[in-house]
Amino acid sequence: MAVNKVVMLSGGAAVGKTAVFRHIIAAMKTRGIKAAVCKIDCLMTTDGEVYGGLGVPAVVGLSGDICPDHYLVSNLEELINWAGAAGAELLLIETAGLCHRCSPATARCISVCAVDCTSGVAAPRKLGPMLTCADIVLLTKIDMVSQAEREILAYNIREINRTGEIIPIDGVSGYGAELFLERIGARERTDGFIDDTLRHTMPGGVCSYCVGERRIGSKYQQGIVEKISFEDTI
Amino acid sequence: MNKITVIAGTDKNGEREGFGQIDMRLGEMYAVCGATGSGKSRLIKDIEMLVNRDSVTGRRVLIDDSLPVDRQAAQSGLIAHLGQNMRFMLDIEVGAFIEAHLHCRGNATAAVGDVLKLANAITQETVIESDNLNALSGGQSRALMIADIAVVCNSPIVLIDEIENAGIDKTVALKGLLDRNKLVLIVTHDPHIILMAEKRIIMRRGAVRAVKDRSVSELAVLDELAALYLKTSEIQKKLRAGESL
Ligand SMILES: Nc1nc2c(ncn2[C@@H]2O[C@H](COP(=O)(O)OP(=O)(O)O)[C@@H](O)[C@H]2O)c(=O)[nH]1
Ligand SMILES: [Mg+2]
Ligand SMILES: [Zn+2]
Ligand SMILES: [Zn+2]
Repeated sequence: MAVNKVVMLSGGAAVGKTAVFRHIIAAMKTRGIKAAVCKIDCLMTTDGEVYGGLGVPAVVGLSGDICPDHYLVSNLEELINWAGAAGAELLLIETAGLCHRCSPATARCISVCAVDCTSGVAAPRKLGPMLTCADIVLLTKIDMVSQAEREILAYNIREINRTGEIIPIDGVSGYGAELFLERIGARERTDGFIDDTLRHTMPGGVCSYCVGERRIGSKYQQGIVEKISFEDTI
Repeated sequence: MNKITVIAGTDKNGEREGFGQIDMRLGEMYAVCGATGSGKSRLIKDIEMLVNRDSVTGRRVLIDDSLPVDRQAAQSGLIAHLGQNMRFMLDIEVGAFIEAHLHCRGNATAAVGDVLKLANAITQETVIESDNLNALSGGQSRALMIADIAVVCNSPIVLIDEIENAGIDKTVALKGLLDRNKLVLIVTHDPHIILMAEKRIIMRRGAVRAVKDRSVSELAVLDELAALYLKTSEIQKKLRAGESL
């Protein structure tokens, strides 16, 4: 079997990504959709145990010193091959999304961003490409806010992502998960992921600190180094 | 729109609910009652989310006999929901919150002051524009949520999950929410409010157990309870003011 859909779910820590995927995976099983799931994190994660217990092929990748988004993109081809070999037609990837400047979304994947209702009105603006380039935005923890707050948050998200569909979700009770699954199902299958491209370039990097430098000060800094401008102090 | 229909799902044990469907029309008021944990909030929430067999109950909700094409548009166009939340979470000022909600609901007729005026009639702890939304007390938050529903939303369907708690003025709050042209569902333990509704939905073990009409003799009980409420409020006012009875 070959994977014909990849769902990449990103969002900050503890916004409810794993909770949503649990509901999605359970619903897929009852429908006979074969899924595999992957979790990418930096140092450690307990999500592997959660996904391992759901009876679908699951794998965890820890990026260690590298940006988790760079790490995911470097391993995407291998992940898709692994999922296909494990008999999956659909690959779900949960990524920590810690580096807001990066987004690992590719042109052919279904890019999903989870935004927590409780994280505040300004939070969506800080998310960068993972939100602005998303096909689907999950508004999570809707049980924690009033209808008015939910509507305001959805409106603000719409302002920065005009085309993505916003789906309100309650990861505890599972409200919204069916709709999310229906939308994943409605998206076109891909014949393959060879020569797929990133939607958004990754930041230009590699300074001294990326390769292990610990000393502070300009004389130790090489490579691509940006300095703060003090022209417009507040 | 004219009516909504709730099509039966299953109870907590997976058994079919004891009704086929309930049709509810604009202009009607329903009280939803039953023991704690009997599924009252779930029923209200199912209606708010316009579920299509995609909640734990497996119910479906139709608007004028059909499934809404765009659920979220239908929700914000037709429904105002007062949930059980006692606090706001958003980190903005009250004035900015009301302004934002007026804007996203496309309400150009009401003003921030109208909402605050009603909120401050419902609660005695004054809410002002520059207060932080998430720093409001339970009573202030509930009062503002109710005022928001009454003034900003102006939706034909009003869903209320208990208003009796948080020390707010029940009569002022209800006056703002009840409207002869709307469909109102109210979850309540208060017999006075239950009898204000001409119909009541009785919940048990996650399922709708019965839908009953208010009888003529119950109407007399309603008058008694209304008089009692007035009397209790008077006594409360005096005691609070430090008077002896
Ligand atoms: N109240 C509420 N809690 C949630 C919801 N979704 C997740 N949580 C809780 O939030 C915490 C983090 O959720 P998790 O799915 O692990 O977040 P992740 O780090 O984004 O994968 C857990 O304690 C969940 O039980 C939700 O919709 N409502
Ligand atoms: Mg997780
Ligand atoms: Zn990065
Ligand atoms: Zn670096």
